[in-house]
Amino acid sequence: MAAPEGRLAENILYFARALRTAGIPVGPGAVLDALEALSVARVGSRDDFYWTLHAVFVKRHEHTLLFDQAFQIFFRKRGYIEKLIASMLPSTMPGPPKAAPAGAQRIQDALFSGLDERDPHKSEVELDARLTVSDREVLQKKDFAQMTAAEIRAAKDAIARLALPLDEVRTRRLAPSRHGHLIDIRRTLRASMKAGGAVIDLKYLGPRVKEPPIVALLDISGSMSEYTRLFLHFLHAVTDARKRVTTFLFGTRLTNVSRAIRQRDPDEALAACSANVADWSGGTRIASSLRAFNKQWARRVLTQGAVVLLITDGLERDADDTLAFEIDRLHRSCRRLIWLNPLLRFHGFEARAKGVQTILPHVDELRPIHNLESMTDLVRALSGAPAKSYDPKSMLRRVA
Amino acid sequence: MPLKPLPGSIDATLDLLAKADYVGDRSLATVLYLALKMGRPLFLEGEAGVGKTEIAKVLSQALGRRLIRLQCYEGLDISSAVYEWNYGAQMIAIRLAEAEREGDRERVEHDVFSGKFLIKRPLLQALEPDTAGPPVLLIDEIDRTDEAFEAFLLEVLADFQVTVPELGTVKADHPPIVVVTSNRTREVHDALKRRCLYHWVGYPNAERELKILRAKVPGIPKKLSEQVVAFVQALRKEDLFKSPGVAETLDWAGALTELDVVALDPATVSDTLGVLLKYQDDITRLDGTKVKALLDEVKSDLRAAE
Repeated sequence: MAAPEGRLAENILYFARALRTAGIPVGPGAVLDALEALSVARVGSRDDFYWTLHAVFVKRHEHTLLFDQAFQIFFRKRGYIEKLIASMLPSTMPGPPKAAPAGAQRIQDALFSGLDERDPHKSEVELDARLTVSDREVLQKKDFAQMTAAEIRAAKDAIARLALPLDEVRTRRLAPSRHGHLIDIRRTLRASMKAGGAVIDLKYLGPRVKEPPIVALLDISGSMSEYTRLFLHFLHAVTDARKRVTTFLFGTRLTNVSRAIRQRDPDEALAACSANVADWSGGTRIASSLRAFNKQWARRVLTQGAVVLLITDGLERDADDTLAFEIDRLHRSCRRLIWLNPLLRFHGFEARAKGVQTILPHVDELRPIHNLESMTDLVRALSGAPAKSYDPKSMLRRVA
Repeated sequence: MPLKPLPGSIDATLDLLAKADYVGDRSLATVLYLALKMGRPLFLEGEAGVGKTEIAKVLSQALGRRLIRLQCYEGLDISSAVYEWNYGAQMIAIRLAEAEREGDRERVEHDVFSGKFLIKRPLLQALEPDTAGPPVLLIDEIDRTDEAFEAFLLEVLADFQVTVPELGTVKADHPPIVVVTSNRTREVHDALKRRCLYHWVGYPNAERELKILRAKVPGIPKKLSEQVVAFVQALRKEDLFKSPGVAETLDWAGALTELDVVALDPATVSDTLGVLLKYQDDITRLDGTKVKALLDEVKSDLRAAE
C-alpha cells in the first residue's frame, strides 16, 4: 500500500511543479491539500481526478485553461513533461549576472538617497528662488524625448524619489474622530465607566478616509516610444507607494502588467513587463483597446472610486464613433479620468487630430507629462482637487 | 433530532443537489464534496445570476442546517458583521446600578459587558453550537467590501474564532460550512483564496439549462422551454456587454408563461428583451431585424435537432 501512495505523492509533486512552471502559483501547501483531497475523494474516474486537483490547484478563473492543458499533457505522456521539467530546472535558478546590476543600482540609490528628502512643494520654491541653472533644474524641464542616456538614468532616480502625497476619498466606514458628528457609543460608554458612570464623556466618529485605487492605461505604440520606459518607471514608483494600482499597456491589444510591475526592483519589474507584452512600439488602436478594457476589466478594477490615468498621445488613425462610445463609457464608469498627454508640451498644441477631438470632451482633466516637472505636478494633482486650468470643460466654457 | 449526514461521495453530493432541485454539474459536486469533507470554505466566483448564492441555500436546505447570511457591502464593519453591544440596555443597567447606589465600578463594568448585552451578528452566530449541526455561513458578494474586512475574515476562516475584547475569545466547537461568493468586481486577495477551495461557476450548457428551467418553472410548455434556452444560449455568443445569466433565463421564461406565450415570435422577444438584457447599449444592438435573424437561426437549429 505504501509504495503506490508514494508514487502518487511523487506524481502530484511533479504535476505541481509543472503547473508552477506554466505560471500558476502553487505553493507547497497546495500539494499537501491535493494529497488530502485525493485521499478523501476516493477518486474513481479520470474526470473526478481532474476536478479534485482542479479544486485544489486553481484559484483563479484564468488559470483553468493552463491547468487543463497541463493536465492533458502530464497525464497522457508523463515522460514528456518530466523531461520538460528537467530541462527547465536550471533556468528557474536565479541567474548570477542579473543580481549584480540590481545590487549596483541599489548602491547607487543609497548613495544618492541623502540628496533629496524634500517634498515637491519645497523643491518648487527653491527653483523659483535660486534662478540659477543647476543640472537638476535643467533635468526638471527637459523633455524626456531629448534626454541622453545619463540624463535618463538621473531622471529615473528622481522619479523613484517622487514622494506621493496620498489622495484620499471618504469611505462609508467610520473611525474615531475628534471632529466627527456621530457619537461613538461604545467608546463613550467605556470612557464613562472609568468614572463609574457618573460623567458622560462623549466620543465621536467620523468617516474614515482612504486612498482610491489607481488604474493606469499606458499607450506603448511607436509614437509614444520615447516616453514609455520612463512612464513605466513612474508607474512602478506609484505602484510601490500605493497598494491598489492596476496597470495596463496597450498598443494594438491590451495587456495587464499589474503583477509584473509589482516587483520591488524597477529594472526587474520593467523586464517582466516587456516579457508580457507582444506589441511594443507598433501601431495604436485606442478604441479597440479601450473596448477590451471596458468589457473585460472595467467592472473588475474600477470599483471603490478609482482614478483612471489614460496615458496616450491620442493619435488614433481610425477615430470613429466607437472611440467616442468607449471613452464615454470609460468616463462614466470611473470617478475621475485624467488624460496625460506628452504632446501637450508644445505651446501650439491644438486639438486638431481627430482622436484628440474625440477623447477631449470625455475626460475630467488633461495634463502634460513630458518632463519631471509635469510628473511632479501630476503627483500633486493625484492628491488634491482637480486643477481648474487643466479642466477641459472650463477651457470650453471660457471660449463660449 | 438526528443529524443529517454529510454526503459520502461525489455521486451522493450530486444526488443531494438534484434532490433540492439544483441542477449542478460534476465539477461543482466534486468541489462541494471536498469542501464538506476537508472542512474548507468554498469560494465561488462567477458572473451575476449563475446561481452562486443558490448553492449555499440549497446546501442548508438539503442538509437541514441553519443558513446564516452575511451580505457584504462597502463600509461593512465589525459592529454589523460580528457583534455589537446593546447600548440602550447597558445605559439602563448603569442607571439602575446608580439608583441602587451600587458604587462598585468593577462590578458595574463586569455586568454591563457580559453576554447578556451582546448582540450577535452573522459571523458570531455562525460560531455558536446548533442542535441541527454546524450552520451554513454564506458570505455573499465579498468583492463589495474592502480589503480591511477581507483581512479580518482571513483570521476568522483560519481558526473559526472571534475575539471580543471585553468578553474573551469565542471559538466554534464544530466549524460552520462556509460558502464565499464573489462577482469579481474586484480581485479578492490570493491569501484569502488560498484558504478556500475555488470554483468558477460558469453559464450552463443548453442541456443543463433546460433541466434547470424545467425544474424551476414547472408549468412551461416543452416547445417554449426549448426555444427560450436555445435563444439565450445564442444570445450569450453575441458580443454583449453583459450576457444574460440563468436568473434572467428563469425570469424571462416566467414572464413569457405569464403572458401565455406558447412559442417565441420576434415581436414578443423584442417587447420582453428588458427582462434578459440590462444595458441600454445591448438592447439597442439587438434591434428587430437582429432578433428575427437570431430567432430564425434558433428555430431552424431546433428543427434540425428533432
